[in-house]
Amino acid sequence: MENLDQIKEEVLSAVAAATDSKALDDIRVNALGKKGTITSMMKNMGALSPEERKETGQKLNLVKGEVAQAIEARKTELADAELNARLMAEKIDVTLSARPEMTGTVHPVSQTIDEAIAIFGEMGFTVAEGPNIEDDWRNFGALNIGPEHPARQDHDTFYLPREQDGNRMVLRTHTSPVQIRSMQEKGAPLRIICPGRTYRCDYDATHTPMFHQIEGLVIDEKTHFGHLKGCLIDFCRAYFGVDELPVRFRPSYFPFTEPSAEVDIGCTREGGEFKIGAGDDWLEILGCGMVHPKVLENCGIDSTKYQGFAFGMGIERIAMLKYGIPDLRTFYESDLRWLRHYGFKALDVPSMVGGLTR
Amino acid sequence: MKFTFNWLLEHLDTDKSCDEIVEKLSMIGLEVEGVEDRAKGLETFKIAEIIEAEQHPDADKLKLLKVYNGEETFQVVCGAPNARKGLKGVFATSGSYIPGLDVTLKPTKIRGVESMGMMMSEREMCLSDAHDGIVDLPADTEVGARAVDVMGLTDPIIEIAITPNRGDCAGVRGIARDLAAAGYGTLKPLSTDPVKGSFESPVKVTLDNPAEGEKACSQFVGRYIRGVKNVESPKWLKDKLLAVGLRPISALVDVTNLFSQDLCRPLHVFDAHKLNGDIIVRLAKAGETLHALDEKEYTLDDAMCVVADSERPLGLGGIMGGEDSGCTLDTTDVFLECAHFDPIRTAMTGRKLDIISDARYRFERGVDAAALIDFTEMATRLILELCGGEASELVVAGEEPAWKRSITLRKARVKQLTGVDVPESEMVRILDVLGCELTDNGDIFNVQPPSWRSDIELEACLVEEIIRVYGYEHIEEVSLTRETALPTVALTPMQQKRDAARRTLVTRGLSEAVTYAFLPEKQAKLFGWSDENLRLTNPISKDLEIMRPSLLPNLLSACQRNNDRGLSNGCLFEVGPQFDGDEADKQPVVVAGVRTGQTGPRNWAQAPRRVDVFDAKADVLAVLEAAGAKVDSLQVDPTGAPAHYHPGRSGAIKLGPKNTLAYFGELHPGVLKKMGYKGIAVGFEVYLDAIPAAKAKKTGALRPLLVLSQFQSVERDFAFVVDSDVPAAKILQSAKTADKKLISDAAVFDVYEGENMEDGKKSVAITITLQPTEDTLTDEQIQDISDKIVANVAKNTGSELRG
Repeated sequence: MENLDQIKEEVLSAVAAATDSKALDDIRVNALGKKGTITSMMKNMGALSPEERKETGQKLNLVKGEVAQAIEARKTELADAELNARLMAEKIDVTLSARPEMTGTVHPVSQTIDEAIAIFGEMGFTVAEGPNIEDDWRNFGALNIGPEHPARQDHDTFYLPREQDGNRMVLRTHTSPVQIRSMQEKGAPLRIICPGRTYRCDYDATHTPMFHQIEGLVIDEKTHFGHLKGCLIDFCRAYFGVDELPVRFRPSYFPFTEPSAEVDIGCTREGGEFKIGAGDDWLEILGCGMVHPKVLENCGIDSTKYQGFAFGMGIERIAMLKYGIPDLRTFYESDLRWLRHYGFKALDVPSMVGGLTR
Repeated sequence: MKFTFNWLLEHLDTDKSCDEIVEKLSMIGLEVEGVEDRAKGLETFKIAEIIEAEQHPDADKLKLLKVYNGEETFQVVCGAPNARKGLKGVFATSGSYIPGLDVTLKPTKIRGVESMGMMMSEREMCLSDAHDGIVDLPADTEVGARAVDVMGLTDPIIEIAITPNRGDCAGVRGIARDLAAAGYGTLKPLSTDPVKGSFESPVKVTLDNPAEGEKACSQFVGRYIRGVKNVESPKWLKDKLLAVGLRPISALVDVTNLFSQDLCRPLHVFDAHKLNGDIIVRLAKAGETLHALDEKEYTLDDAMCVVADSERPLGLGGIMGGEDSGCTLDTTDVFLECAHFDPIRTAMTGRKLDIISDARYRFERGVDAAALIDFTEMATRLILELCGGEASELVVAGEEPAWKRSITLRKARVKQLTGVDVPESEMVRILDVLGCELTDNGDIFNVQPPSWRSDIELEACLVEEIIRVYGYEHIEEVSLTRETALPTVALTPMQQKRDAARRTLVTRGLSEAVTYAFLPEKQAKLFGWSDENLRLTNPISKDLEIMRPSLLPNLLSACQRNNDRGLSNGCLFEVGPQFDGDEADKQPVVVAGVRTGQTGPRNWAQAPRRVDVFDAKADVLAVLEAAGAKVDSLQVDPTGAPAHYHPGRSGAIKLGPKNTLAYFGELHPGVLKKMGYKGIAVGFEVYLDAIPAAKAKKTGALRPLLVLSQFQSVERDFAFVVDSDVPAAKILQSAKTADKKLISDAAVFDVYEGENMEDGKKSVAITITLQPTEDTLTDEQIQDISDKIVANVAKNTGSELRG
C-alpha cells in the first residue's frame, strides 16, 4: 500500500497549495468524489481477501478522514483570508468627524433656579408664581411700603399707564407680590419659594433693567429667627457645596420684615483670586427677616397667631458667584459662545439625591 | 453718612479701638461701607520751612528754594506760585513715593539746577483736587513734625450706610448711642444750658398749617442774633466738615451743617436784613418760585411747605433755603430757624422737585420731634462763640408733634420671635440706653420710645431693637423640619410642563436664552402690539419701551447679533412671559424658539439644508408632547398663524376649533426685513397654559393593559392624484377612517408635482399598516380593505388612484 501513502501525500500537499475555494473543491472531487482516487480504491477492495480487506479498509478510512479534515481546514483558512481581504478593501478614514448633531444648553438662570428649588424642595417648600405686571398695592402697599416711604426710592420702579386704586401699575420690583398673592389665596400655614423675573429702572455695569430673584416665605405658629438662620445656612452650604461655609447675619432694615437681616458668606480674595469659603472677608448675598405683622394683617393672616420669615436673593448674583461669571449684562445678550460656555446640559437636572452640580 | 473716629469719641466714652468699633457697627445694623485712613502712604512726609526763595536762573516760572525740614536743608526747584520764604508746608525727600502722581522721587536736574525733593500740593498728597499751590500751613506749625499729625489726617473717616428707618443715626450722636447700647462705652452728656435773651426778637413767626391732615410744620423755634461778625470757620470746624465731604462756607452756615451732621438736627440761618417783615410757615401758592441755595429756580405747588416772609418764600421747609435770604460774610444780624417739618410732605416735595439735600434726607427719615428749644440754645451758644453778637429771647410757634406713645412688649415675645433667651435685665438695659422709658408690669413691659425714634411703632420693633443690639450671633440656628417625612412635589403641573419643554428643546439642539421683557415700539408693532397700557411710562430707553407681545422679536435680534459676530445658524428659545394686557391673567408664559440659516455646519458626510417649516413643526410637537398634550388628537390649521408668520408656510396647532396651543412656521420675510434680520428664520410659539390639565385618573399611574397581536401586520402603498390644495392630512384621515380597527398607521412617503402631472394636481403616496388581531389576513380581506380606502379617499378628496 505504498501507493496509498503516496496518494495521501499528494492530496494533502495539493490541499495546502490550493489558493481558492474552486481549486479546493476540485481537489476534493478528485480525491473523494464518486470517481475520486480514494473512493475508487475503496470500491476496489472487493478483490481482496477478508483479512486484507479489513486492514486496507481501516487504512483507507483513516486517509479519507485525514484528507476531508485537511480540505475543511483549508476551506476555513481561505474564507478567512477572503473576508480579511474584503474588509481591508473597505477601509475608511475614521479620523473624519461623526455626523454633526446640534446640542443646546440650559440658561444659567434656569439652572440656578432649578438648583434652588432642589434644595428648598427638600425642606418642604413649594414653588409659587405670579404676574410680572403688578398693582402698586401688592408690590408696595401690602408690603408696608407706603407711597411716601423712603424705601420706594431705592426701588427704581418702572411704571405703566393704567391706574388701579389711584396708583399706576408697575413692573414688579421684587417677587414679594407673589408672597402677597399666596398669603391672600392660601392663608397660613405656608411654605413657598417664589422665583421669577423682576425689574428696576437702572442700567450700569452691575445693574440691568430686568433680573431674577428667588424669595422664600414660611408662615406657621412656631417658626422663629433661629429657623431662618438654619434654613439659610443650610441653603448656602448646599448651594455653594461648601460644608463649613461661614454665614453671618447682620441686622438690617426692610419695610416688610422685623427684625431684618442681611446675610454674608465667607470668602477670600487672597492673591487676587476670589474664592467662596472660610476666609478673612465677607460677601453680602441676601436679605431676610421675620415677616412684619402689618404684612400678615394686610393679607388677612392673624398676626397674633401666626409668624414666620421671608428672604430674597438675586439669581444672577448667586449664579455669578458659584460659576464665576464675571458680567451681569452678558446674561441677556444671548451670545451663542456665552450660552455654550456657561450653559448646562439638558440632562443635568439638579437634585439633592442625584447631585446638585455636575 | 460719614464721620471720623475722634468725632465719634466726642459723644462716646469708650476704650474700644477704631477697628473694634468698625466691626461692631456692622453687627448692630449700621453697615460700614468703608474706612478711609487718610494718613496711609503719607506717614513719612514732614513739615518743612522755606528758608530761602529765589528766582530760578533759567526759568521765569520756577523758583529755587532752600527748604529746612528740622534736620537738613535741601535745594528744591519749585513751580508753585505761592512758594515764598517763610512758608511752612509738606516736604517729600528724594526716594519718597508721591501718591497723587504715582511716582517715586529721584534727585533730578531741572533746567540745569539740582532739585533734591518736593514741596507738595494737596492733590499730590491725594487729599483734594487742589493744585493751584503747595500746602500752606499756619506760621506756628512745628518744623520737622509729621504732616499727618499736623494736618489731622491720623483720624480715620468711617462711612456707614443708614437704613431708611434709622434717621437718628444721620447724626454722630445717634451712632454713639447705639454703640453705648451695644456695650461699647457710655454716651457723654450734652450741655443744653440756655442762653439768656437780652431783647425781644423783632421777627415774629406764625404757622399757617393746612386745616386737615398732618401739620406741615408743627413747631418752629426761632431766635434773632444781632451784631454778629460772619467769618471763616475755625480750623476744627472746617476740618470736621471737610472730613465728611462738606465744603466750609462761613461760620454761620457751617454751624448749621455741623448740627445736621453731629446731632441730626437741620437748622437754617436767615440774613435778618433780607427779610421783609415776619416769618410765616405756610403751603406754597401754586406757581410761586424759589431761587434756592443750589442756584436753581424751582416752581412750587400748593402741597409744598415754605418758610416765607410777607412777600415771598424764603426756603422750602425741611429741604433747602433760598439764595437771596442766605447769610454772607457781610451779614450782621441773623434769624435762626429750628423747626419740625412733616416727614411725608418733605419727602414728597423733595421727590417732586428732585432736590436731594442733607436736611431733606434727615427730615424724611424723621428727626427728633422734641427738644427744639435745647437745640436752639446749643446752636445759639456756638454762633455767639464763633461770631459774637447778642441773642434775642426765643420765638416759639406751635408745639411739639405728639410723639409719645406706649407700646406693650410681652417679655415672652422676644423668645417666640427670635428663639433666644435674652435676660430680662439685658432687655431693660438695652431699651434704656436707646432712650426708651420702661414700666415693668409683670409679663409685659410698657415702653415709650424716645422722641428721636419715630420708627419704633410696634412690639416687633422693640423685639428687633433688643435682638439687634444683643447680637444676632446669639441666635442659635435651627434647621427647618418638613411636615412630611419625605419631600413632596415642589412644582405645579404647569411648572413641570415648562421644565419638560425647556429640557426637551435643549436636547433638540436649541439653546435657552433669557431676553428682556421689553422692546422697541417698532418691533412690538410688527408682532401685533397695540395696547397703550403696555407702554412703560419711564423706560430706560426707547429700545426698551413696550412690554413684548411675543418672545420672537428679541430672539431674532439675538440671532442677528450672533450673525454679526459670525455665529450663524443660531437656534434659540426662551421660556417667559408674553404680554397681552396688564392684567394678571393676560401675561401667559410662552415657550418660543427660532431656528435660522442652515440645519448645521458643512460636513463631509451630511450636507446641511436650509431650516424649514417642518423643523419648527417638529419642535412644537416635541414641546407639546413633553408638556403632556395628546399629540394624536391635535389638528393643524394651515391658515391659523398670526401675521408675523409666512402666510403660506405656517400653521396653528389646535385642540378643537377654538383652543390654539401653538403656532409655527417660517417667519414672514417682510417682518424679518423690518426687524433688520438678514436671512431665513423659522419659529414657533407654544402656549402651555392652553394645554388642558391632565384629568386625575382613578387608576392613578396605571397604564392600560398592553395587548400585543400575534398576527403579522401588512403594509400596502397607495398613490392618489388630488388637487394641489388638498391637505395631506385629509387624505390620511380619510384613509384611516376606512377601518379604524384594522388600520394601525398611515403615513405619507412621497408627494409629487410637476412633469407628467396635470397642472393643479399632485400625487400623494401613502403607506397603510394593517394590524389584524384575530387571524392572519387573507388576500380577499386585504383587497377588500384596500378598496374601501381608495373609495373613502376618493369620496373625501376627489382623488383618483394613480395608474
